[in-house]
Amino acid sequence: MHAAILVFPGSNCDRDLKVAFEAAGAAEGVKVSMIWHKDQELPDGVDIVAVPGGFSFGDYLRCGAIAANSPVSEALRKHVARGGYALGICNGFQVLTETGLLPGALRRNADQKFTCKTVALDVATQNSVFTSEYSVGQRINTPIANHDGNYFVDADTLAQLRAEDRIAFTYVDNPNGSVGDIAGVLSANRRVLGMMPHPERAADAALGGTDGVAMFRALSGLAAGVMATA
Amino acid sequence: MPQTAQNANQEPEVNADLIAAHGISDEEYANILRILNRAPTYTELGIFSAMWNEHCSYKSSKKWLRTLPTTGPQVICGPGENAGIVDIGDGQCVVFKMESHNHPSYIEPFQGAATGMGGILRDVFTMGARPVAAMNSLSFGEITHPKTKSLVNGVVAGIGGYGNCFGVPTVGGEVRFDPSYNGNCLVNAFAAGIADTDKIFYSAASGIGMPVVYLGAKTGRDGVGGATMASAEFDDSIEEKRPTVQVGDPFTEKRLMEATLELMATGAVISIQDMGAAGLTCSAVEMGDKGDLGVRLDLECVPVREENMTAYEMMLSESQERMLMVLNPELEDVAKAVFDKWDLDFAIVGETIAEDRFEIRLHGTLMADLPLKALSGNAPEYDRPWVETPPAAPLADVPEIDPIDGLRALISTPNYASKHWVFEQYDTQVMADTVRTPGAGAGLIRVHGTEKMLAFTSDVTPRYVMANPYMGGAQAVAEAYRNLTAQGANPLATTDNLNFGNPEKPEIMGQFVGAIKGIGAAVAALDMPIVSGNVSLYNESYGTGINPTPTIGAVGIITNPEHAILDCARDGHVALLIGTTNGHLGQSALLAEVFHRVEGDAPEVDLVAEKRNGTFIRDNHELIKACTDLGDGGLALAAFEMAQTAGVGVHIDATDTATLFGEDQARYLVACNFDQAEALMINAARAGVPIETVGRFGGDNVRFGTSDAPLADLSQVYQDSFANALA
Repeated sequence: MHAAILVFPGSNCDRDLKVAFEAAGAAEGVKVSMIWHKDQELPDGVDIVAVPGGFSFGDYLRCGAIAANSPVSEALRKHVARGGYALGICNGFQVLTETGLLPGALRRNADQKFTCKTVALDVATQNSVFTSEYSVGQRINTPIANHDGNYFVDADTLAQLRAEDRIAFTYVDNPNGSVGDIAGVLSANRRVLGMMPHPERAADAALGGTDGVAMFRALSGLAAGVMATA
Repeated sequence: MPQTAQNANQEPEVNADLIAAHGISDEEYANILRILNRAPTYTELGIFSAMWNEHCSYKSSKKWLRTLPTTGPQVICGPGENAGIVDIGDGQCVVFKMESHNHPSYIEPFQGAATGMGGILRDVFTMGARPVAAMNSLSFGEITHPKTKSLVNGVVAGIGGYGNCFGVPTVGGEVRFDPSYNGNCLVNAFAAGIADTDKIFYSAASGIGMPVVYLGAKTGRDGVGGATMASAEFDDSIEEKRPTVQVGDPFTEKRLMEATLELMATGAVISIQDMGAAGLTCSAVEMGDKGDLGVRLDLECVPVREENMTAYEMMLSESQERMLMVLNPELEDVAKAVFDKWDLDFAIVGETIAEDRFEIRLHGTLMADLPLKALSGNAPEYDRPWVETPPAAPLADVPEIDPIDGLRALISTPNYASKHWVFEQYDTQVMADTVRTPGAGAGLIRVHGTEKMLAFTSDVTPRYVMANPYMGGAQAVAEAYRNLTAQGANPLATTDNLNFGNPEKPEIMGQFVGAIKGIGAAVAALDMPIVSGNVSLYNESYGTGINPTPTIGAVGIITNPEHAILDCARDGHVALLIGTTNGHLGQSALLAEVFHRVEGDAPEVDLVAEKRNGTFIRDNHELIKACTDLGDGGLALAAFEMAQTAGVGVHIDATDTATLFGEDQARYLVACNFDQAEALMINAARAGVPIETVGRFGGDNVRFGTSDAPLADLSQVYQDSFANALA
């Protein structure tokens, strides 16, 4: 499995994500490439593009908005159009909504404050590679750390997301005002996941939590070339 | 001499008013005339005022700072550089410092606190270390004061806004409220980074004719005169000082760090210095002075973001996110490419010269021509008169109080309630190495890619220092030592951030001298040398000084993760108290918060007992499940906090106020199972360490003697009181 992690100026969870991929996929020999935002092409054979947390371009204009117009984001769009997998965490989720690869938008938290704490999530679907190692209704603990994590979609889109089973995770105790308690959503083809919580911060027993490991384990099993045929 | 008269930038004439406005005394001006053999130009006067103000010159404190222990086998670099450096084995070192941004934060809380973070982070990465941990020690006026709530909101948002974006986890800190800070809050920011010991960068320039390069953000007029402002007392004109506060841009800082660390790896950097207080002036003088070289600057090459900036403004600007470096000229293209990649300014603005001169030109016109060494070397140094703080009057009787009522009263105050409202606004886990987030004792991070851990704490009890500067100074160090020890960490070294009032008042200077002596004795006894620090004086408003607040930031190491004490108390655990309880209530939290009496002496600090008891804890880590130091609020607050962290009740046998709320030093509360307790008592007897069983953990209640309350109720009070007080 080959993961490409996009690095924008201001990304600050890029290394954390690399560590989580490598630790979970050590047995499979997972390969991780760091891709600078000015690159126009992804390396050959990339199975999944991961957009890390942080403050790409300082959150100026709107979180994720400038990154969505970086050269590498065009390569990301092509990768997804080809049926490639993509994962956006925190600022990465904001980038994925700004690129239009996922519906909705992330607004300022309801209490207007940056919030960093561990919250409980319910797994809402097992039907995606990201959530395939969890069970529906499983409760997992994952840290959040954001100022703009308040997910919004209009009522019609929300109904559609529900009808298509595209809500991946919900908050047990909604920390930021997100519509439908949504913490993570999938694309229509179920190959793009955006989520505000940080599974890569729940991937090491020494740091107090391992509930995120199952996602990285499942992704390690992605076989090269899957995206081209599916 | 400089030809100011012919310059397009017509400069004001230097007269008595202008000299006074620059905070330069008659005696200091006479000294300037002696050094130059002529009157200074306007730009030169600005340069002198920047170099000789209290903030940069430490003119009141130097004499006493020299007495502090700063060396030890673990110390790679002590005070004098951007930050201190301590060996952590395996060819790695930890680089750290604490610095105040008090005055700017009071004037403009968000930007003041944000740029305080920016400054301390730059100090760390300027030395080649990637920042890995931050802490903040914050002191505000009483919560009911009309300014306090907006200051708390602004300062916390400013720290979070900068540190979160930059991407450094905040792992510890303090927040206190006291009327003495009503007109002058304290914002002390700590940062630590990790570097390879053979890849440390210093500020001393070397080589003649080497290019001096400006890096980072553009220069504007923000902060002109900032360092002078920071060294003045506050009065009603304070609002007029707002334009001297700088504005921070953490996104630029993050790029500057990545670019700087990348640049250092190319071998292009000969020496480097961040631009902090007094910007270009201080950084250029520092590099020249340490390298025994002169510096020539051509100011028209400085990247600016405002039009028609004068030499004076450019030399004194405190625009943020800037660095100065001496470049290896053979690698200029390589260096420039790195800064192009990160879209940052890179400009050659001058060169090193052989003569002892600081030569400033603007479009060819000589604006300043000063002997460089004299700017720092001849900076004034004062032996300010001081008087010993008189001994505190003995404490009058303290009435007995129902202990649960006492605890409930304490944890209802913003001083002793949980501070989660604050630290949840900081990213505590970015970099994915945080082992222990803030809230209970020292913060812990793992050194990336290793099993080693570093522990961080910041401590001081200003009430103690006010009553007894010597004991208070020693206590701050002792408490830091205990907080590190309670996690199983070996204390390594300290940084001090000394916040005091006006040093020209002998009683304030007496507080300073007393605290320094206490700190010095404690760091010597506990082997925690001071490797960096900062002095903030003139923390006064309307003629009244703050409680003396010498904040101690301390770093410890756990080389084997099995030595860390990380578990919680469990149902059935025994509660053991290490150390001697005498029931000292003078200057205690209970007395101040519940009886509203600030009376008595600070508790005695027995450094021999501190060392012995701390060593005992570390030596017996395998017998200890959980451990906390006893500080403010004594046994009662420690037992409650331990119980509430674990979510399990506690029963302490004692009922009397002095035993439960006394603040005797050198004590720890330990939780362990019955067999471990027995072994611990045997080992303590052998080591001559006082130990006693004081109760047990279990059930759903907090019980002191016969008085009790449900843990869930008390936890609710503890969790909600801070936010409620701010609402």
